[in-house]
Amino acid sequence: MVMGDLVREVDVAVIGGGPGGYSAAFRCAELGLDTVIVDERKRLGGACLFEGCIPSKALLHVAAVMHEVERARDFGLDYGEPRVSLDALRTWKAERVVGKLARGLGATAKGKGVEVIGGRAVFEESRGLRVEGPEPQKIRFKHAIIATGSVPATLPGLPALGGRVMDSGTALEIADVPQRLLVIGGGYVGLELGTVYAALGSRVTLVEMTDGLLPGVDRDLVQPLARRLRTLFAEVHLSTKVATLRESSDHVDVEFAGVQSFERVLVAVGRRPQSSGLGLETTRVRTDERGYVVVDDHCRTSDPHIYAIGDVTGEPLLAHRAMRQGKVAAEVIAGRPAAFDNVVVPAVVFTDPEIAWCGLTEGQAAEAGPPVKVAKFQWAASGRAATLGRSDGLTKLMIDPDSGRVLGAGAVGPGAGELIAEAALAVETAALAEDLAATIHAHPTLSEGWMESAETLLR
Amino acid sequence: MARPFLLPDLGEGLTEAEIVGVLVHEGDVIQEDAPLLEVETDKARVEIPSPMSGRVEKIHVRPGQTVKVGATLISFADAGDRAAAPAPTAPVTVARSTPPETRAAGPVAATPATRRLARELGVDLRLVKGTGPGGRVTDSDVKGSVDSSRATAPAAEPAPPAVAVPLATAGIELPALPRFEQWGPVERQPLSHLRRTIAQRMTLSASVIPHVTHFDRADITELDVIIRKNLDPARERGVTLTLTSFLLKAAALALKAYPGFNASLDPAAGELILKRYYHLGIAVATERGLIVPVMREVDRKPLVEVARELGALAQRVRDGKASLDDLRGGTFTITNLGALGGTGALPIINYPEVAILGVARGREEAVVREGQITARLMLPLTLTFDHRIADGADGARFAAEIVRLLEHPDQLLMEL
Repeated sequence: MVMGDLVREVDVAVIGGGPGGYSAAFRCAELGLDTVIVDERKRLGGACLFEGCIPSKALLHVAAVMHEVERARDFGLDYGEPRVSLDALRTWKAERVVGKLARGLGATAKGKGVEVIGGRAVFEESRGLRVEGPEPQKIRFKHAIIATGSVPATLPGLPALGGRVMDSGTALEIADVPQRLLVIGGGYVGLELGTVYAALGSRVTLVEMTDGLLPGVDRDLVQPLARRLRTLFAEVHLSTKVATLRESSDHVDVEFAGVQSFERVLVAVGRRPQSSGLGLETTRVRTDERGYVVVDDHCRTSDPHIYAIGDVTGEPLLAHRAMRQGKVAAEVIAGRPAAFDNVVVPAVVFTDPEIAWCGLTEGQAAEAGPPVKVAKFQWAASGRAATLGRSDGLTKLMIDPDSGRVLGAGAVGPGAGELIAEAALAVETAALAEDLAATIHAHPTLSEGWMESAETLLR
Repeated sequence: MARPFLLPDLGEGLTEAEIVGVLVHEGDVIQEDAPLLEVETDKARVEIPSPMSGRVEKIHVRPGQTVKVGATLISFADAGDRAAAPAPTAPVTVARSTPPETRAAGPVAATPATRRLARELGVDLRLVKGTGPGGRVTDSDVKGSVDSSRATAPAAEPAPPAVAVPLATAGIELPALPRFEQWGPVERQPLSHLRRTIAQRMTLSASVIPHVTHFDRADITELDVIIRKNLDPARERGVTLTLTSFLLKAAALALKAYPGFNASLDPAAGELILKRYYHLGIAVATERGLIVPVMREVDRKPLVEVARELGALAQRVRDGKASLDDLRGGTFTITNLGALGGTGALPIINYPEVAILGVARGREEAVVREGQITARLMLPLTLTFDHRIADGADGARFAAEIVRLLEHPDQLLMEL
């Protein structure tokens, strides 16, 4: 017998240790299933913890503090010019934020008896896979959950990333603060990381292919952010495509409306599913033309033994969707009547101001129905917004005109990402505008905006 | 106008199917015969091909749902619509047999906890009228719909997979089980759709039919020589010769001689229904459980053809690709457990058939022939049959005919 011939038998093999994967595995373990996670880097947290949500929010918090300090001059406070120690910043992010959370996940896995196997999982059939890499072995499973997530997409025709052309993962390492940074892509990743680098001192130029920032988001929510970015960023080019990109040792020449030079370029043009190289062709799992694994609302693929969750199954590519799907898949495997039938997957852009929305947007309603009444509350009338010196926010609700049911909600302003939770609960539980209006909201808080919006419909 | 596609009649007591997978999306333009849905019936998991080409306008079913024959599965946009761009337009009007009108706006109005309750009770929320504020479906609406559907149309409730559903108990009230947990840890596993079906059919058969079993043995030494000699030539033609093909042929010929075993009893009418066709079922063990594919008109097919079809049929079943026609219409069943060893088994009749032939492993045995002890390859056979229809002597004669054919392969091949 040679190494690798040993076949490990488990109830559930989870492929990928990101938020979806570990949520699924932990729930499986809680339900009494013998569960392992196979992760290429033998760690839990995935892109979310190591090169996405968490480090970017840590850095955005730094940017927000700097912005607050700057604005504090209006209140009569002057802290002088900030001095940034990049080493201290990186250490704080890596140790106190990412490291701490990673250690917590490792301990949780241990506590629940979920083993993390290091290596790349490749299916060999519907009931078995092999692990390639540091811990080679064969695993025979009753069920597998594909949770391999997504990776940053690259621009077709542009040179491979390296050196001065970064993706979101490398940008978050903050190797340096370039004097001039070009951000390609006006989606949430480009705006968030552009905000970080601008706060740290880079002169940021943004190029977006479509005619607006954050395509798909209601324009009235984007507007306060767009206004803020006009001062934070040096240049914003809409309806603009990058034609060529030439990298040399100390700069990158980029052609769009003339040639400009940048020390670094960030490509943030979306993400693509990580579904190739998994040996899916040896199973009955089907993928669509974009590479997403096709699943039903029980997270089942077309192979009865294999489930899939998270980014690899399609949009929206958000960690909290993956986590919910992970729990659904675990419960379905355990024979419980679970389904991923969630009405809303809230979305948050963690810029300053923040933008958040859930459920039906006004744009979707206008384009494809159903007809809605839109109730808006401008924060100019909010006491709490005035005390924060941030009166440019907005809260809005999309309401079914017949029943008064809340179908969607959006907010822009500081803390919008936290505010959206209440609206998500309202939409998910099919609450009525009247329910929001008649619920006492603490005064003075920004959350009153939901109540105020709803009240405009009841007059 | 939309053209609805209804769950076709699945035949033979199959009145419902569980939707396992939906293989198309709304807006897809598909060709006739492209796979539309994957369903699991009492008998197998099958793909349902599209009866027409066109654009899928609306999908009315979801995986996990159990649907009745005649329920609308999918609406197709008709030929005139097909040319139109498949871009989202105003909400489509769908054919009559779609779920009752729901609120125009958004998804079903119910809290996540109510939706879970609906799944537990197998209720399709879209069919429940909400009485809560703004038309919200409440817990009591869901429970009420279960009561009313039970009262008016029994068994109309769709059951999601992997939910434990009590088995029918064939009229006998079973005593409560002890609490096994008091003696050690236990694990409860819901029965799969197929397992439940097998359990119910076996309970039905064993409770209703007075089973009687006749034992016999066939000397297949000569037959075995013929099979071995012809293995390679057959393989060159892509055919795997197996004992089971000869068993099928022998059984079909014996059934023609004893038609009482190729029948079903109609107790209500007080009649025996003799079938003038010889479609034989073969029990196949699969990962999911026992499945019995059916080979048609075995009596009319030359042996090589039987062998060829048997290989293809078994493969389709194991791959989960058997069609409904592969699985219905059987008149008699053979279960060959030889590959798994054993010296004999008492199979249960595949209701509403009359008899089943069980075959164990053939072994060399010391047999006395004309005063001499000689080694012969002996095949144990058990014929189990319905004593309401046939008596021990009938069974013995029928079994003897099968034995005769197996022991005289030349006559078997010449169908004498």
